[in-house]
Amino acid sequence: MLLEAREISFGYKKGYHILNNISFAAESSERVGIVAPSGFGKTTLCKILAGYSKPSNGQVLLDGEDVYGMKGYHPVQMIWQHPETSVNPRLRLKETIAEGDQIEQRIINALGIEHDWLNRFPGELSGGELQRFCIARALGQRTRFLIADEISTMLDMITQAQIWSFLLEETEKRKLGLIVVTHNTALAEKVCTRIQILTK
Amino acid sequence: MSQKELLKVENLSVSFTGYERGFRQIDLQVIENLNVTVKKGEMVAVVGASGSGKSLLAHTLLGILPPNSTACGNIYFEGELLNAQKINQLRGKEIAFVPQSVTYLDPLKKVGSQVRKDKKVIESYRKQQELFSFYDLPAKTDNLYPFELSGGMARRVFLSAAMMETPKLIVADEPTPGLHLEAAKNSLKHFREFADKGGGVLLITHDIELALEVSDRIAVFYAGTTVEEAFASDFQSENLLRHPYTKALWRALPQNGFAPTPGVQPYVKDKPQGCVYAPRCSVYSSKCNSKIPMQTIRNGSVLCACAK
Repeated sequence: MLLEAREISFGYKKGYHILNNISFAAESSERVGIVAPSGFGKTTLCKILAGYSKPSNGQVLLDGEDVYGMKGYHPVQMIWQHPETSVNPRLRLKETIAEGDQIEQRIINALGIEHDWLNRFPGELSGGELQRFCIARALGQRTRFLIADEISTMLDMITQAQIWSFLLEETEKRKLGLIVVTHNTALAEKVCTRIQILTK
Repeated sequence: MSQKELLKVENLSVSFTGYERGFRQIDLQVIENLNVTVKKGEMVAVVGASGSGKSLLAHTLLGILPPNSTACGNIYFEGELLNAQKINQLRGKEIAFVPQSVTYLDPLKKVGSQVRKDKKVIESYRKQQELFSFYDLPAKTDNLYPFELSGGMARRVFLSAAMMETPKLIVADEPTPGLHLEAAKNSLKHFREFADKGGGVLLITHDIELALEVSDRIAVFYAGTTVEEAFASDFQSENLLRHPYTKALWRALPQNGFAPTPGVQPYVKDKPQGCVYAPRCSVYSSKCNSKIPMQTIRNGSVLCACAK
């Protein structure tokens, strides 16, 4: 499968584009690292690829099909930088998880998510625990691409290593494409098969 | 205690009062027996597991703990024992804080006036503009609201706010995530320069790699306790480190194998009696179940019965 962004432009304000004619492509067999300075619009690019925002110009194609015409579960899933803002604070975690795709029990066990957590509200978990939940949520059965936007900066090195070793195993097994946004070059070199540097 | 010590935290413990199943009141001791020292001209990095009490230490030093918490222990600043009142006087003036996230800014106020602390004198404007250009912030940042800042810009705004007065100690809580490598290195360089001029910096971070480049000493926290105080140079090799947890951290660095250690940090309520790291430790023995004293090995201190 090929995820492709063709010459996309995007701006939050009229007449002020933060992304200008950016092109990007990733195969589902590869792990791509995205490197760019802060404030460049990396998170915005991720949001466009995952279908949260629509670019003002250009297209996002999944195997040649425009993603904005697709219905149902979005095969490109994103894990956000701040887990506490990416879940509805008023829903119990099991209600959040029920909104998405079926999650295999195997994934829940591998990430060390205890059954008891699913009955809680997001505020009752620590950031690291919540991030693991968000990773599980993004790994639905129909997910083909996973976007990880600085997912581990707030975690300690051991938890980071635990999460990344799980993600690498999982993407390898299911042939998922992985797009990694990080500032940590040592991490990117370890995790990614290809690193793309974005420039204006 | 010597004159050179700027900040000394001794046997600090912080506990939270909460309620369980309705009205049953419980005390959760989240920080226990925490020790850290910052000398003048020194940069000390605090690293450790998420939820090990790093941010709470910063909040204690600034006196901004939530109301349902109690802190005990001794905090000395320039040789003087601090109490709540003195902390309030020093906050923002002699002890500056660089917080963790954008939520620490007032969302309804323009960034510039927050940095100037609402002062409308020409020196404040000049100092603020100087600092903004020093930290590579565009001049128009002054008139932006916090939600218009990117993560990296917000960090640099915090740095400028901290440097507006002339602090003696900077407590920085995770100042680098969200910054690209160059900017992160740059901001740490500013801290280093500040320390070299005789100030003290307490840097709370997860990014051990960056911390090692600039810090003099590293304090390692685990489950609310200081498990090791080491020199930055000790991190060159696993054998120079003392505590098994520090060694596990070292092995988890991408350049040193990226090896995950199984297990999680114990929850406050099920903290083990003796060594806090015992359930995950690879060299666990029966003597780890009793109270363990801090011992000094190769000039650094460690909380482990079997450290060599």
